[in-house]
Amino acid sequence: MNGFEDIRPDPDELLASLMSEEVKSKRGKLKIFFGMCAGVGKTYTMLQTAQAEKLKGNDIIIGYIETHNRKETEELVEGFELIPRKTYAYKTATIQDMDLDAIIARKPQLVLVDELAHTNAPGSRHAKRYLDVQEILENGINVYTTLNVQHLESRSETVAQITGIIIRETLPDEIFENSDEVELVDLTPEELLQRLSEGKVYTPEHSKEAMENFFRKGNITALREMALRIVADRVDKQLHDYMQYKRIRGPWKSGLHLLVAIDYNQQSTRLLRWAKNLSYSMGAQIQALYVETTRVLATKENEQLNRNINLAKQLGIAVRIITNNDIVKAIVDFANKENITHIIIGKPRIRSLLTLFRLGNFVNRLIRYSGNIDVYILGSDRQAKDKYEERASFLSFTSNIRQYFIAALLVTILSVLCFIFKEYIGYQTVSFTLLFLVSILALFYGTGPILLASTLSALIWDYFFIPPPYTLHIGQTVDVFMLIMFFIIALLNGILTSRVRRQEKKIRIREERTNALYQLTKELSITTGNNEVSKVALGYIHKYFRLNCCIFLKNEFNQLESVVQNNAEIRISDNEMSVANWVFKNSVKAGKYTDTLPSVDHTFYPLQGNSGTMGVVAVKHPAVFTHGEEQFWEACLSQISGKFEREFLRDAAKKTYIISESEKLYKTLFNSISHELRIPVATILGASDTLLAQEYHKDTRKKLYNEINTASIRLNRLIENLLNMSRIETGRITPRMDWCDVHDLANSVSESLKNELQPFTLAVNIPDIMPLVHIDFGLIEQVLHNLILNATQNSPSGSRIRLKFFFDNGSLTIQVMDRGIGFPVSELPSVFNKFYRGKDAKAGGTGLGLSIVKGFVEAHKGTVIGENRQNGGALFTIKIPVEISDINSLKKQMVR
Amino acid sequence: MTISGTILIIDDEVQIRRLLEITLSANGYKISEASTGKEGLALAASVNPVLIILDLGLPDMDGLDVIKKLREWFTNPVIILSVRSSEEDIIKALDNGANDYLTKPFRTGELLARIRVAIRQGQEISDNSCLTFGSISVDIANHIVRKNNETIKLTSTEYSLLALLAKNEGRVLTHQYILKEVWGMGYIEQTQYLRVFIAQLRKKIEDDPAKPKLLITESGIGYRFG
Repeated sequence: MNGFEDIRPDPDELLASLMSEEVKSKRGKLKIFFGMCAGVGKTYTMLQTAQAEKLKGNDIIIGYIETHNRKETEELVEGFELIPRKTYAYKTATIQDMDLDAIIARKPQLVLVDELAHTNAPGSRHAKRYLDVQEILENGINVYTTLNVQHLESRSETVAQITGIIIRETLPDEIFENSDEVELVDLTPEELLQRLSEGKVYTPEHSKEAMENFFRKGNITALREMALRIVADRVDKQLHDYMQYKRIRGPWKSGLHLLVAIDYNQQSTRLLRWAKNLSYSMGAQIQALYVETTRVLATKENEQLNRNINLAKQLGIAVRIITNNDIVKAIVDFANKENITHIIIGKPRIRSLLTLFRLGNFVNRLIRYSGNIDVYILGSDRQAKDKYEERASFLSFTSNIRQYFIAALLVTILSVLCFIFKEYIGYQTVSFTLLFLVSILALFYGTGPILLASTLSALIWDYFFIPPPYTLHIGQTVDVFMLIMFFIIALLNGILTSRVRRQEKKIRIREERTNALYQLTKELSITTGNNEVSKVALGYIHKYFRLNCCIFLKNEFNQLESVVQNNAEIRISDNEMSVANWVFKNSVKAGKYTDTLPSVDHTFYPLQGNSGTMGVVAVKHPAVFTHGEEQFWEACLSQISGKFEREFLRDAAKKTYIISESEKLYKTLFNSISHELRIPVATILGASDTLLAQEYHKDTRKKLYNEINTASIRLNRLIENLLNMSRIETGRITPRMDWCDVHDLANSVSESLKNELQPFTLAVNIPDIMPLVHIDFGLIEQVLHNLILNATQNSPSGSRIRLKFFFDNGSLTIQVMDRGIGFPVSELPSVFNKFYRGKDAKAGGTGLGLSIVKGFVEAHKGTVIGENRQNGGALFTIKIPVEISDINSLKKQMVR
Repeated sequence: MTISGTILIIDDEVQIRRLLEITLSANGYKISEASTGKEGLALAASVNPVLIILDLGLPDMDGLDVIKKLREWFTNPVIILSVRSSEEDIIKALDNGANDYLTKPFRTGELLARIRVAIRQGQEISDNSCLTFGSISVDIANHIVRKNNETIKLTSTEYSLLALLAKNEGRVLTHQYILKEVWGMGYIEQTQYLRVFIAQLRKKIEDDPAKPKLLITESGIGYRFG
């Protein structure tokens, strides 16, 4: 069984290889011309290869090239399109550098970019050229570039050790590892030295200097070996990948998995680089672990820790952070859980007997508990020794002077009191009293003041109380013992308490953060609308991070809106807006304290959702985040982004709905309204044509005039209805609430429908005591107008139409009743729908009247229902919750 | 009664101007026409019309500004005739000094009646006059209101309200204007007072308070007497 498992490809690895294939196919391809040092002919080889490609008809341009005035190289450049360099003003000088945007805009098949590890001019978008190259690749353009071995992050230290020259321009190993092709440009040391002395690399005087320093034969040989080794490893790995990809059965390299434990010392950087090299040559997976304890780190230590974590990320090592005061247990537990095969730790520095004891303990325990996991201990190196001597040791003297002073004062006061009552309490009780005070102080103060209080009280007790008094001399052996015990207990007490307090503080911070995240989720879950979400998010960020920021969201065309979502105090310049746009496009943070465009005032973070970037947050940072804060920040941002994403999805769904609804409306409009518009127009046209054509008898003329008049009224009503409907549809109805006397309402309606009501009797029913109601007079008038008009159109002449007002449960209730045909029961639920027309309705209605009634009543947060009356006819009941003003009480108020 | 005087029509729609010209000439008025606000202002100064019919949506300037400019010197009535039917627009126009309004489409009969009332109202009312409307008479000088020659008891507020409306017969007074005039600046939002007093007044002076003929509600805007 085991044997079978061994030859099976690891599914995770397989998936990873497939996925990286997929990502690679969309990106441009990166080919690196790799050499051991300057002068081996990388640029030359690159140009030659490019010339050959060009002959095949490929579109190739030069983005940036450094010929160093070498003649052969310059000849090769000819024939290529050169993208002019961009000029950056820096202080008084101007610097010329590669024009990234021009390259991307030009979009060739292949671009040549020399010196991958180059540091860009200040003011460029990215701090490093390799980031430029990444962006070019993202745009689907292939890149040829050159690189020397000393520029690789993981080798830079070794190179510095060999050559004594510190390399500043480095690039993450990941870039090299993920490149699609690496061509080694090799030269034997002898050949190189000959080229140098022939002046083919540098000018003669430079050559001499170079040969004496960097280009010593020993150096060159070492660098060459390193370069060869790296390329060989890469080939090895490629073979492995290939076998994995093609599912070739073969001797699988172990499932090796390294774990490198880092801390807040500078030594960890070396540890990381070494571990990275090891993992590369072993073909092993690697991750780093930092175990956070309750110890408070000094600022410098925190900074170094951040540097270490960033370096790990640059090296492509994932960092996990775990909180546990028992570092050994944390490491071992983690290793077991993650199937780690090798643990790599640095040798802790030995500073005193105590640390020696601790170290032994640490290493011993790690070895004992780690079981079958291999443990590598890397020696400390002298160069990086004790850079942070000032670091706080296990006692942190962070308390201020005031605390020391108060501690000393309290001890003194208590001692004086004890001294007064010495006769009554005896000198031994004094020790307990002082001990008690020290314990109390430990609850409030740090270790320093406690140490002071302990020492001071021990001395006071010895000098003033222990017989013989007024000497430090102690008479009885028991008292000596007591004094020592006193001192130790006081000290331990103080330190333990302050440790508990520290621990508690850490837990509290953690708890606060969990709680804060919960609050955010909760608040966001009840918020709707991008504006509201922005407001909540900004308020939250201000509350928990004490940061001012503003949010830019994308619009429906997937571009970043330049309109800020809030009127925050921060101002974003046009220049910074382009940074925001870049962040939006690339989903990577940029701005202050980052590698990209660090010269601006704000830091820009993408709001990354599952389906893309939702927007950008611009933050004014007073200082860099610590790693804990950064984690918390990212968690918050992802919550906020998720919320925005849901909002956008909701909007999109709503829009789709609206589009489908408006299509439906359009169709109905076409069918129903075109008919309704044409009939009256046809009547007017026909009648007026007849009138114009010849003189008719007076009676005929009058009939025709009447037809024109009726048609116009019908047309006007249709227009009014359409306008009202569109007001409702677009949600533009905001009732203008005012006090209203319902008598007025009834009167207005019956006045406006005077003609239509001629054949009917309108019975208005209003109770004697009817308060004023707070409604929009115009809208409700229109509602009643439509209902009563409806009644006149559907009732037999001479019948009675009733309009009834009353109060029911705090709601103004209005009923309109007729003795018409009523509704077919099956159609009752749809009478308020747009364009609903009764089956047997007379010609001349639009089917909009009742939907307008519904719209206007709903604008008052009211309801309207239609039903059939028991003895025939229709009954409409409107209920509107209203504010009332009782006329009678108001009268009294006015009399007073 | 022969009607004389010129009516100035300021409207950019040719068809409306033509309709008004035909209708008003047939009723004995002289007509002057302008199609823009500037032209209208100039004409108003040169012909000194007895009444101006003004459209709010003019091509060169807002009708509301035209009234403001006119009211710097022009005292004769101005009637708004516009397609803008929102209550806010109408109230603004009345507050700026318009006497009355009609929305398009309008009935010509209605327009003629409004014109007649406006011109009549344009004649000054002296403080001593006694105003008579059918069975109701309002004796401004002695603060006495009679119905069918019988004195009606009114509270002082009721009287002030009725006198204000009666003096402005035919003219639409906005809620805010009435509240300001009768109750004072601090009450212009208290429309419920106005509703209550109008209801009381109607009970006292109207023949049928449910179908008022004198105190007419202009929905959402104000009241008109007449």
